[in-house]
Amino acid sequence: MPATMRDAFLESTGRMLQKNPDSVVVLADIGVSQFREAGLFKYGGLSDEYSDRFINCGIREQLMIGVAAGLAKEGFRPLVHSYAPFLIERPYEQIKIDFAHLGLGGVFVSVGASFDASNSGRTHQAPGDVGLLKLIPDFEIHVPGHADEAAVLLDEAAAGDGRVYVRLSEDMNSTARPVEPGKFHVERQGSSGAPAVIAVGPMLDRVLEATEALDVTVLYATTVMPFDSWTLRDTGASEVVPVEPYLLGTSAAEVSGALHDRPHRLMSLGVRNMELRNYGTLEDHIEVHGLDAESLRDSISGFLAK
Amino acid sequence: MLFNQTESDNERMTQRSVTEYGYQDLEKLMSLMTGDEKHSFSATSTLDVIWTLYDSVLKIDPANPQAPDRDRFLLSKGHGPMAYYAVLAAKGLIAVDDLKHWGEFDSSFGYHPDGELIPAVEIGTGSLGHGLGIGVGMLMGLRLRKQNEPRVFCLIGDAELDEGSNHEAIAMAARMRLENLTAIVIDNNSASLGWPGGIATRFENEGWSSATIDGRNHEDIKTALTQSHPGVPHVVVAKVEEK
Repeated sequence: MPATMRDAFLESTGRMLQKNPDSVVVLADIGVSQFREAGLFKYGGLSDEYSDRFINCGIREQLMIGVAAGLAKEGFRPLVHSYAPFLIERPYEQIKIDFAHLGLGGVFVSVGASFDASNSGRTHQAPGDVGLLKLIPDFEIHVPGHADEAAVLLDEAAAGDGRVYVRLSEDMNSTARPVEPGKFHVERQGSSGAPAVIAVGPMLDRVLEATEALDVTVLYATTVMPFDSWTLRDTGASEVVPVEPYLLGTSAAEVSGALHDRPHRLMSLGVRNMELRNYGTLEDHIEVHGLDAESLRDSISGFLAK
Repeated sequence: MLFNQTESDNERMTQRSVTEYGYQDLEKLMSLMTGDEKHSFSATSTLDVIWTLYDSVLKIDPANPQAPDRDRFLLSKGHGPMAYYAVLAAKGLIAVDDLKHWGEFDSSFGYHPDGELIPAVEIGTGSLGHGLGIGVGMLMGLRLRKQNEPRVFCLIGDAELDEGSNHEAIAMAARMRLENLTAIVIDNNSASLGWPGGIATRFENEGWSSATIDGRNHEDIKTALTQSHPGVPHVVVAKVEEK
């Protein structure tokens, strides 16, 4: 069992390279040392069987995406990987044009999430990544909350042919849930028509702690695009609180769309859109954005009491 | 040689043909899109290079324009594709009749080309600075498949060269020794901040082979595009009159 999502990623990539001779990894320096240490490829002429399917562009993220698209155009299944800001935000137009406009597929795997690099500052934080990719047609977006879930979602992404984003984080839940790509997992069933709290990926443990005394249905989402409207509708809820580990409100339109024919109330919780000039720990940042269990309890209780 | 349009010309122009159109027909083909008065045929900066590519350089079968062993042409520049469409029509890669619907809602032929709509077009372009990186990726893929024959030709403008993404690709293409890559820079001196020391130098410094030529001279264009450059990518800087 992989201890971290990054371990799961290295193992899954090994499986992908072994299973699919048309799979290829394209990097922009980030990740090179991890793949090397994992023994997936070697430098200095000591090549192993996969070394030619690792293409390192150097610190050139626009090129990383363009090269991956060129490989996809030639029938390969490219996997591109970097820190979230450098994978999604920096080469954003390359993703839009070179992949989406050209009708190509690929696997995009990021690490770093919203603030894994809590003490590295804003340059290494990408709370807007999911929102940005939602603006590009036909992106499947997975946000695992545990290393085992990451393994399932990464294997699925590698085996497909579409555009898939897998957002990995250091933040994890204590145990993995059964993951079916594209489906929410009903983690806790409230009474009929009880409010629904949607915990996305690594938010689940804190959401469960925050809501243990409340009559709510807790849905657990590891795929946020496409959005599992049916499972949300089936709860019968007319009060919904999505709790997202990236920019708050990112899935608000999908929640409202799912309940378009049902009067409903919505409160979005997630990472606040702010130029936060603080360093510190992951826990510090979770607290600043009101995503720790106590703050979530206050926010959700307050919302439901209205 | 230009001709006066007659009824039989009209008939001829509406038929798809592999061989019967020549360079002298391009103006008339372009006018199907732009109208006679709207566009100066001779001022199209890319016209002679694209004609020469399709007339005597690229190995592309009009009956199977997506054959795996074809040469790949990427119009990175994307802008002003009338010359491109006209040449494709002249060479039987698209139907001449379709040009008349240029820019219409249901047409496959817009003001920027879309490879998803036109089988003979490799990639959709328009936003500048995308083609060369994609070309590098295509050649890395062909190398993985041990397909050594297909070449990739990527046409960019001297102003398009401003885009930093090109320079990411220029560096990598040389480091990967992509000898099947040819970049063509149409130089009509339109880069706002200029290229002191010359455009070819930017490529040569990264280890590319280069040729700077008259972008209106078909023999020179052909020679430059077919010259040997073992182990390194090649750039052809095709100078044309200023914009």
